[in-house]
Amino acid sequence: MRTQCQSTIKMGRLLAILIWLITVGTVAFFVWSKSKPGWWFPEAISSHAAAMDSQFNVTWAVVAVAFFGAQAALGYAVWKFRARGNERASYNEGNARIEFVLVAITGIVFIALAITGQRVWANLHLNQAPPDAIQIEATGQQFNWYFRHTGADGRFGSTSPKLYDDADNTMGARPGPLGIDPKDPSGKDDIVGQTLVIPVNRPINLTLRAKDVTHNFYAPALRLKQDAVPGLKINLHFMATKEGRYEIACAELCGQLHHQMRAYMRVVSPAEFETWLSENAPK
Amino acid sequence: MAEQIQTSHAAPKGFLRKYIFSTDHKVIGIQYFFLALVAALIGIGMSLLIRLRLAWPTERWPMLEAIFPEGFKDGLMQPEFYLAMVTMHGTIMVFMVLTTAPQSGFGNYFLPIQIGARDMAFPVLNALSFWLTFLSFAVLMSSLFVVGGASLGGWTFYPTLSAIPSAGPGQALGADLWIVSIALFCVASLLGALNFITTTLNMRTSGMKLARMPLTCWGWFTTAVVALLAFPVLLAGGILLLLDRNAGTGFFIPSGLAVSGKLIENGGGSTILWQHLFWFFGHPEVYIAILPGMGVTSHILANFSRKPVFGHKAMVIAIFAIGLLGFFVWGHHMFISGMNPSVAIAFSVLTLVIGVPSAIKTFNWLGTLWGGRIRFTTPMLFAIGFVSLFVAGGVTGLVLGQTALDIVFHDTHFVTGHFHLIMGVAAIFGIFAATYYWFPKMFARTMNETLGKLHFWLTFVGVYAIFIPFHVLGIAGHPRRYADSTGYEFLKALDPLHVVITIAAFATAAAQLIFLVNFFWSLFKGKRAGDNPWEATTLEWSTPTPVPHENFGEQLPVVHRGPYEYSVPGMKKDYLMQSEADG
Amino acid sequence: MFSRRMIAVFFLALAAMGSVACGGNKEETAPAASAGPTWKATGNEGNITGTIAFAGATPAPRKLDTSNDGACGEAFANDVLVADGKLQNVFVFVKSGLPEASFEVQTAEVTLDQKGCIYVPRVLGIQTGQPLKIINSDQTNHNIHPVPRINREWNESQLRGQAPITKTFARAETQIPVKCNMHSWMLAYVNVMAHPFYAVSGADGSFSIKGLPPGEYEIEAWHEKFGAQTLKVTVAEKADAKADFSFDAAKAYNSSSLKLQPALVLP
Repeated sequence: MRTQCQSTIKMGRLLAILIWLITVGTVAFFVWSKSKPGWWFPEAISSHAAAMDSQFNVTWAVVAVAFFGAQAALGYAVWKFRARGNERASYNEGNARIEFVLVAITGIVFIALAITGQRVWANLHLNQAPPDAIQIEATGQQFNWYFRHTGADGRFGSTSPKLYDDADNTMGARPGPLGIDPKDPSGKDDIVGQTLVIPVNRPINLTLRAKDVTHNFYAPALRLKQDAVPGLKINLHFMATKEGRYEIACAELCGQLHHQMRAYMRVVSPAEFETWLSENAPK
Repeated sequence: MAEQIQTSHAAPKGFLRKYIFSTDHKVIGIQYFFLALVAALIGIGMSLLIRLRLAWPTERWPMLEAIFPEGFKDGLMQPEFYLAMVTMHGTIMVFMVLTTAPQSGFGNYFLPIQIGARDMAFPVLNALSFWLTFLSFAVLMSSLFVVGGASLGGWTFYPTLSAIPSAGPGQALGADLWIVSIALFCVASLLGALNFITTTLNMRTSGMKLARMPLTCWGWFTTAVVALLAFPVLLAGGILLLLDRNAGTGFFIPSGLAVSGKLIENGGGSTILWQHLFWFFGHPEVYIAILPGMGVTSHILANFSRKPVFGHKAMVIAIFAIGLLGFFVWGHHMFISGMNPSVAIAFSVLTLVIGVPSAIKTFNWLGTLWGGRIRFTTPMLFAIGFVSLFVAGGVTGLVLGQTALDIVFHDTHFVTGHFHLIMGVAAIFGIFAATYYWFPKMFARTMNETLGKLHFWLTFVGVYAIFIPFHVLGIAGHPRRYADSTGYEFLKALDPLHVVITIAAFATAAAQLIFLVNFFWSLFKGKRAGDNPWEATTLEWSTPTPVPHENFGEQLPVVHRGPYEYSVPGMKKDYLMQSEADG
Repeated sequence: MFSRRMIAVFFLALAAMGSVACGGNKEETAPAASAGPTWKATGNEGNITGTIAFAGATPAPRKLDTSNDGACGEAFANDVLVADGKLQNVFVFVKSGLPEASFEVQTAEVTLDQKGCIYVPRVLGIQTGQPLKIINSDQTNHNIHPVPRINREWNESQLRGQAPITKTFARAETQIPVKCNMHSWMLAYVNVMAHPFYAVSGADGSFSIKGLPPGEYEIEAWHEKFGAQTLKVTVAEKADAKADFSFDAAKAYNSSSLKLQPALVLP
């Protein structure tokens, strides 16, 4: 009996220490990762990113407190209440008042988080793009992205799956990979490329489409991610706030080279954007 | 008092009737357990292959090429092989391990005994359920060996990738076999659920009021109700998908698709419809995976703290609340699927609400330990580990459940880390806890405590080392189901983290050998176990060991008190068994 | 409630359903028993040679958009390759007139290379059962995805530095498009013949089909953008029969819609 007690005491202490070490270690790991370049969020370059990032920070603080608190309490309980002698456990079947208080606190915090988080979402998804937004279409197919600008007439030409021609992806190709109807006059000035070029500080309305399976347009720097669903046209609006070259990844499993479905996004000055448009307008 | 149905039958003779086609719930429970064990080993093997590619994507593996010549052409792991491993790992672990061992394995063995019954309500149906599950597993494994290999659609199997055979390697016969396997599994689970519910409601012994039922039984019962309502939806979805693939229908295939330049004739359907059907099943499914573990944890914590469960009634209500609310939150897997954004808000609020009963359970587990007199046996260590890991995995749900934050984290490794901590570890710890706890009763021998503790220490540290870094991968933006991230500048800095995770995974997998050695050695050479080695109160510990064919002797036990009467003041022993007469 | 007999019947029904479901698998069976014995060369064979001319303005080079993969470098469309009024990549084959016999499968490997993110050659002919050796000469990952109508469809990755992949086609089928899904502009056409009498026109428009037994033949010349033309040719003993074709730029059509081009299935 005595040796069992001793090993229990040791076990209890060891377990408590391990739980606390893991807890502290986990928190330290996140703090350390935050300071390492490339191990935390990429630099945000969109107008809605600040609200999103701050919602994350508030939530993460709650997560940290809950994680730390629960694990520390667990470690403490394991330490303090390890069987030592012949004492009895306390025959405690519960305490309705503590239960109620804890539930109330948890409920209020969780629901508050849920509600405050919806504001950013509503701004992004329930509001329409401003009327002067530049219309761009992004189409995903295994394993490429195509980006289409309307050209000077501001209208996209109609497309048809029967006209798809992947083999000719030059910018003015008709019908080209998007199957733009060569007979449709609004399609004559459409510009199609595999790199997304947009002007800085201008609202963009991006319409997502897919030709074969579900893809997902994911631009980490823009804090933007949305499934591109075959059969649907889904609108996303955003504004980029910094020039540069950024990566776009596919974030919905779409086949064996899903991990290679990368495109580049170039955010350029409005002047450079106009130049690009006129240089690439189909003759 | 519910009616007693006596399923009295003479003990079977002959090897086949006793051990293979048995209708004895104890044998069937053990059969399920071993099926899950084999599946888990295969699933772990696949996860190690997954980790190999993520850590060293361009490495050549000649030894693996000898075993999988199609998957490792020229020694290089093909991305389609990687994705087939991802798909099979997920499917095997979720269905054949987490939906099998906790519920069909331990539930089958111990539900009847813990409520004082001689067997399940429908013993032959029980055997049928097991053999259907076995067939389901065999069909699933066969998909690895057919032309084109196993499907690469992920365990979530979204169309149109899964609906159009030419959309990828493995998406022809491999995908059909996956669907058939899962359909069989659905039928088996439904039959099992019927059995569990009927048994719990109708076959409790005299004195076993619902309020006196152990929390393990509440876990199994609620899980069965959830399964009964969820699995038919997956079955329906699977049948519709089979029709789309083979009969030209268009349930999930929109019109006007072209795959690799070939026009697809099916049309008029919606890919999002599959997601609704799948996740309407899929979210309750994850509660099916965890609820039995929660019941087992409460049970074991009480046993080894020598205290009743703190807030027993609240625990029962919480189990129900989780089971019920679990049906209203499926849309949180679909926030950015193209679903109506207003509906997404509703799902988001409900998702965070479901955190409340989970928090209640966590408080009450802490409350059970509080003021206790804790004995640190191996099952207790794993039960405490369950609480720790449930917290670690659960808290990140607060992030993922919010629509705006899900935009950043959807389909990244943040999600993978979250669900692995909850399912891939906490639920597994529940299985380990149950195994170490009930081994003496199931196999009449004792497992080695030293090896058990060593297994715990190594695994507990190992799983944190593997899965906490996943959250950092996700925060940095690393998408999931990527065969490698070498094509992305923004992910370059994370390469060392992949190596660390892989090494931790191999080490933790190796630590499971300790469990296997302990388990199988003890099975044959372990010290003979007594009837009640843990000084526990519930009915399974009142039977002789080994448990006789009809569980109890001539007379069924009569229950006199609740299930967790430990350390009752004024009593000589610090535990009072449920079947012990008063006085 | 559930008798043993019911359970046995249940499993038998399951097995029956399973065999029906699995029976639908498209097996790669050998083509229908070939007509007649194996043909043997006697030494009197002649050849068909010719040139494919191109009438119309030489198309300007079109630079493809390869910006999604820096390892590709610059690539130009190679569907219509004209030099000095001669058309390359026309597939010429014997359509009818061969003796009723089966033809020994050539064992030499036919190569399909992925170079600069373009398939080289763009058009090739191969015999049923003859090995196609697929090479990845690029510093990037490709996948090779032929989309046949009657042959077995397959889709495999070929990673950077990976050894060549060898495949065969079991059934005669022309105009099988081969795509890379990663670099969607990549396109090649594989024409599988049951006999070895075919050729692809080179950069100078010339082609040559060797080793034909003397007789009357109908040959067809096919270009992916300009369609097909046929010609009747008589081959004399040990002689070169001349067969020239001319394609007109005005007759271009969209070759990517398979519905417009019925498969030419030959015995």
